[in-house]
Amino acid sequence: MYKIVKKRDLNPTVCLMEIEAPAVAKKAKAGQFIIFRIDELGERVPLTVADYDREKGTVTIIFQKVGRTTMRLGDLNQGDSILDFVGPLGKASEFDGMTKVCVVGGGVGCAIAYPQAKALHDAGIEVEVIAGFRSKDIVILEDEMKASSDKLFLCTDDGTYGQQGFVTDVLKKRIEEGANYSHIITIGPLIMMKFVVEVAKAHNIPAIVSMNPVMVDGTGMCGCCRVTVGGEVKFACVDGPDFDGYEVDFDETMRRSKMFAADEKKQLTDYMCERDENCNLMSKEVEE
Amino acid sequence: MANMTPTKTPMPEQDPNIRNKNFDEVARGYSAEDAINEAQRCINCKHKPCMDGCPVNVRIPEFIAMAAEGKFEDAYQIINSTNALPAVCGRVCPQETQCEGKCVRGIKGESVGIGRLERFVADYHMKNCAEKAKPVENNGHRVAIIGSGPAGLSCAGDLAALGYKVTVFEAFHQTGGVLLYGIPEFRLPKAIVAQEVENLKDKGVEFKTNMVIGRVLSIDELFEDGYEAVFIGSGAGLPMFMNIPGESLNGVYSANEYLTRINFMKAYKSGYDTPITHDKAVAVIGGGNVAMDAARCAKRMGAGKVYIVYRRSDEEMPARREEIHHAKEEGIEFKYLCSPVEILGTEDGWVKGLKIVDMELGEPDDSGRRRPIPVVGSDHVLDVDCVIMALGTSPNPLIKSTTPGLKTNRWGCIVANEATGETSREGVFAGGDAVTGAATVILAMGAGKGAAAAIDKYIKEK
Repeated sequence: MYKIVKKRDLNPTVCLMEIEAPAVAKKAKAGQFIIFRIDELGERVPLTVADYDREKGTVTIIFQKVGRTTMRLGDLNQGDSILDFVGPLGKASEFDGMTKVCVVGGGVGCAIAYPQAKALHDAGIEVEVIAGFRSKDIVILEDEMKASSDKLFLCTDDGTYGQQGFVTDVLKKRIEEGANYSHIITIGPLIMMKFVVEVAKAHNIPAIVSMNPVMVDGTGMCGCCRVTVGGEVKFACVDGPDFDGYEVDFDETMRRSKMFAADEKKQLTDYMCERDENCNLMSKEVEE
Repeated sequence: MANMTPTKTPMPEQDPNIRNKNFDEVARGYSAEDAINEAQRCINCKHKPCMDGCPVNVRIPEFIAMAAEGKFEDAYQIINSTNALPAVCGRVCPQETQCEGKCVRGIKGESVGIGRLERFVADYHMKNCAEKAKPVENNGHRVAIIGSGPAGLSCAGDLAALGYKVTVFEAFHQTGGVLLYGIPEFRLPKAIVAQEVENLKDKGVEFKTNMVIGRVLSIDELFEDGYEAVFIGSGAGLPMFMNIPGESLNGVYSANEYLTRINFMKAYKSGYDTPITHDKAVAVIGGGNVAMDAARCAKRMGAGKVYIVYRRSDEEMPARREEIHHAKEEGIEFKYLCSPVEILGTEDGWVKGLKIVDMELGEPDDSGRRRPIPVVGSDHVLDVDCVIMALGTSPNPLIKSTTPGLKTNRWGCIVANEATGETSREGVFAGGDAVTGAATVILAMGAGKGAAAAIDKYIKEK
């Protein structure tokens, strides 16, 4: 069993947990991920390592409560335990040849952008972070990102906080201002990464993306996380999760992310009803 | 007096049209009476050819003689003295090409049902023997085993019996390897695998799950931690695809993924969270046991049509005859001499068909089997919404890439001595699918056993 030693809500749907997992904490590096399973009935779900403390033996995860499993995890509290927590999995991020990096994070993707920025910053590489959110009330990790970068640019789609606009707008502006990035690293919704890569390509700046497709085992065994990169099939769990953004087939990945959507939706609805006896999602469907 | 009936005592089975809707075990097992009857078919011949056919050297005529007298617990002890997993082997060994293939009763009529007897005896022990096995006295030496599949479990069992302190590291959250994620419940109930692992725990073997060796610990670190030898039994888990258009469509699985979701994560049972698609018509590509397992699972998940698409003919099909027979009984349709050329998709990216081309058999190839050649212009489409690739697997590259000095061949298989499992690294042994590529449970167990003897010799002579 792996104990939840700390829990903090970052916004109404995004939650941070520190999990006691000394063996994983000892080896984890930026860019790697873990797979957890809550209990005997649970599914295996991958989450990127957001932070780790080798001395305390803890690993930090940050997740958005979007499906049955993340909802169930979010309903647990400090002191509770989960059944399985395996890692570190995947290849650690490589920063060879990077001199000035722009890390572009979107929404809960900032939970992954943050450790990347931190690792770069700690390695003495100049880092700028562009973090985009839909609105002010869902901004996460502002202080952490500020502390791990030379410059932080926050933006919101609705202009309620920071600059108004998408991360791509800010990125374009920074490049035009002469930011002179050697590399761009981007993590967030697939559609955002796709457009960030387009901007990078237009300016001839290498772009690395962090992929987070559906997985089961996370060790290269099932092939469920396959991503087409440069016309070749790659497994995100062992060949990634970082890939050359220019080469990733985003449209295919977006489509594949919906493979289990029908089953997942039903699982989520069932859980919402289980946790709230007044829930009438099911009865409504029956009436209709 | 030997029972001279020329055929085996029949195995009670679930009716095909009932069992293709549930995941309960197909073969129900012998009664004590059946077992005694079948055991009496053994004529206790002089040369015991059956034993030559067994990779783990089970003393077959001896255990059968005990079973014939109804002394089932004694029979179990004879099997278990050389075989760590009798209840598993009795179910999934290809006996027809091993022990039973050499049985003299098979010359005129059917061989003795050795597998069925092994299964009965092992099940009898599990049901009736409350007494737990005890660890033998510890000899003070530690051995690490990577992977808790058949090779690792067999190696662990033999080393524990010699007094070694054995730790088995498993990447998954549960022990059993391919016995759990690959072979379906209806062929090998998972409770049986769990029980076999419990037996090993009783004998002093320690299991550590959620440990991906190569990531959380390297082989070098295992030595630093005080393990004197390491056995790699990490299997062949890397699935192959065909590289035909449409393989990334939604509704295309590797057999590994499909079986792992269903068997290991129990997606077939309500209450379990792991998602699965519910398909109307499924094409499984391949002709091995894994293809049969995937097809039979798809049928049980409710698919109306399930096809096996195989590019050669029935004669060349590598799956066990029994599995092919069971699959046909359950309503799986076999498309022989057909090869997929493209998976067709809907506009929004879901599988809507499988385009296949007819094949004809030409001259024999390197494997001695006649090479299939496409018939020009014979393209046609199978109407399916799910395609499962069961084309075989190769070893996972993780251990190779994190262990300096460990030699592998061009297929990624670890280079190891066939009998002893010795690798290019001192103190590191390997066996099973990690060395051979995908093969059978019993060959992996044989390799684990051979390596256990070699590890014992290595540590004692060090």
